[in-house]
Amino acid sequence: MKLFRNILMPVLCLLVLMFQNGYTASDGTVESTATSDAGISLAPYFTPATSSPKVPDTEGFIQRWLLLEPINKPNRTNTVFTDSYLRDAFYTGYFPDQFTTVPSNGDKVMVAEQELQWHALDATGFNVKLFRFASGLNKQKYGVLFWAVTVVNSPREMKNIRMAVGSNSGSMWWLNGNEAVLLTGDRRMVMDDFVSKRLTLKKGRNIIRGAVINGPGMSDFCVRFIDENGDPIRDLTISFEK
Amino acid sequence: MKFRIQTGAVSILLFLRLSGLALAQEGEPYIHDPSTIMLCDGKYYTFGTGGGGLISEDGWIWHRGAERPGGGVAPDVIHIGDRYYMTYAKGGGGLAGGHASNVYVMWTKTLDPKSPDFGFKDETIVASSNGKEDCDAIDSAFLLDPTDGRLWLSYGTYFGFIRLIELDPETGKRMPGNEAVDIAIDCEATAMMYRDGWYYLLATHGTCCDGPNSTYNIRVGRSRKVTGPYVDNMGIPMLKGGGKLVAAAHGPLIGAGHFGLLDLGDGVQKFSCHYEADLRKSGLSVLSIQPLLWKDGWPVAGENFREGTYQIRSERSGYALELVVDFVRLPHKRRWFRRQDNTPIEPVSQQVLADVIDGWPAGDIEVRLGDFMVRPHQKWDITPVDSVGGYPGSPYFKITIAGTDRALAATADYEVVTVPAFTDAPEQLWRIDQLIDGTYRIMPKAVPDSTEPLVLTAVGARTPTLARFNPESDNSRWDFKAQ
Repeated sequence: MKLFRNILMPVLCLLVLMFQNGYTASDGTVESTATSDAGISLAPYFTPATSSPKVPDTEGFIQRWLLLEPINKPNRTNTVFTDSYLRDAFYTGYFPDQFTTVPSNGDKVMVAEQELQWHALDATGFNVKLFRFASGLNKQKYGVLFWAVTVVNSPREMKNIRMAVGSNSGSMWWLNGNEAVLLTGDRRMVMDDFVSKRLTLKKGRNIIRGAVINGPGMSDFCVRFIDENGDPIRDLTISFEK
Repeated sequence: MKFRIQTGAVSILLFLRLSGLALAQEGEPYIHDPSTIMLCDGKYYTFGTGGGGLISEDGWIWHRGAERPGGGVAPDVIHIGDRYYMTYAKGGGGLAGGHASNVYVMWTKTLDPKSPDFGFKDETIVASSNGKEDCDAIDSAFLLDPTDGRLWLSYGTYFGFIRLIELDPETGKRMPGNEAVDIAIDCEATAMMYRDGWYYLLATHGTCCDGPNSTYNIRVGRSRKVTGPYVDNMGIPMLKGGGKLVAAAHGPLIGAGHFGLLDLGDGVQKFSCHYEADLRKSGLSVLSIQPLLWKDGWPVAGENFREGTYQIRSERSGYALELVVDFVRLPHKRRWFRRQDNTPIEPVSQQVLADVIDGWPAGDIEVRLGDFMVRPHQKWDITPVDSVGGYPGSPYFKITIAGTDRALAATADYEVVTVPAFTDAPEQLWRIDQLIDGTYRIMPKAVPDSTEPLVLTAVGARTPTLARFNPESDNSRWDFKAQ
């Protein structure tokens, strides 16, 4: 008993920790995802979000996001991403207040057996490389579902604008709680791949929420708003200050 | 039961022929990720994933037999001087779980495996990926820049960036000090070409390897510099997923991928690719060769000629090919539309073959170009001929007056005539190539007692003849209007 408690138990726990985020790739190999602070690095793809408001980049892409560590959602192939499958996956409840929360950096949620953390980050490119977010945190990269939230502050009401999204792979996006656009099928990164119907940005605070799913691919998304002429909307600020 | 099955099979074949479906390459055109097609010692070669490849005597009927060492994926070939450089990759592609990969280049003096000069030499690694960086080094393809003789190699797949490196055209090795340049994302199977001051980056988007459910399609961006940036027709950079469509699924062919330019000269360009699934051939991955058109500076897939009944119209004059026979008037009672006339409006019957054929000579009949009047002596059935070979992308066709066996033929004095009945003779077999502007070149397989490559040409407004092809002139261009 003493041997089990003092030696075997810790060893068993260590083994569980080492493989709890392991994902069996399509060839059956298991990828080690042991969590280690020494291994955490999100550079050069992300920097920590600061308290200063951020503006969209020169092409209007929104780079500041609260990203939830990936939910385990095994899929050997992305060919299953029909509209029905995606709607079912994205409207499943994974954690409390999933469709209303604006979390803070460091907040944690439980999704089944997983304890997942929100990270406030600025993407360094036009696109938010979720694959690198996951791998940089030594989390699983494949067979995943990511949630993303951001707060866009508009100086005035803007009508007839559209949300333009690209993602790898399927994804769904909401503006102020209303479904805006669904990217269906096995998608890869194409800017303005899917564009929403005409929307209105409220004066002040607007919440964008997104969910991105992937099987064996390199998860990724990009979001911007465009006006009626197709030109990017840049006079916005992104800030998580409450 | 056996009779019913056989009848059904015949019915299906008849339907396929009459409905004018795209014809498939003949023989054993089964390949995945085909390389650019190379002409070597009079034969066409293409190489594929896994090793080996296909050989063809004429570009239409293909068989296994091409050889290359190394295995791996997605080779490409280029002919420079007395060498055929071959590139392929091994290790990555997400296969066996990884993205660590090497791109190899080697060369041989000939692609003919039966030749004593055959044998690949000097295999060298020209690019690599370590499995973690934003690139997976597979799907390499050559570009020899015609403006300055520099040799480039693009590579990459859906894992990160497509990259471009420079090679030494004398050796095939990486140029010392050359740094890779990122030129696109989220695509694979790239190829490059140059035309009129623009560099074009062809890339395959969509999903591979899913049989008839593959969404594979070929897209393009262009740049004034070989190192980019490449943008599509909407200005969307290929580094942000842009690309204008070049080729996609059509008819029974699903999942176009791995573009390779086949420039036959004289304004005739074709491209090779594979389709992930040919629904007529158990959904197997097949080689395809199609015309390449150019519209407003962008390449677009053309279509191989389909059988049917056509007007054959000269681009020079707009007049149509017809038999030299008497024009037979349609009986018609003139009706003045300005006068009050309560007679019912009724259709006027078209003239049909039976109305006129008895007045035609029985032997050879010459041809000319005339005003197209939708008359029987101006309509032509164009039908593929089995078992006589073909040319890249297509079999030979016979051109007969619709509803008859009277066939267009080349003559020994370089003219054209119709003979009473088709006999399979080479001078009665026609090659119909779509040119880059969408019009066609029409060429006999052979001219009696001549080895000159001659094409159907309009001399003056109304006289067809055979002459050397002039790519700069509408004399040698034709159009087909379905009847």
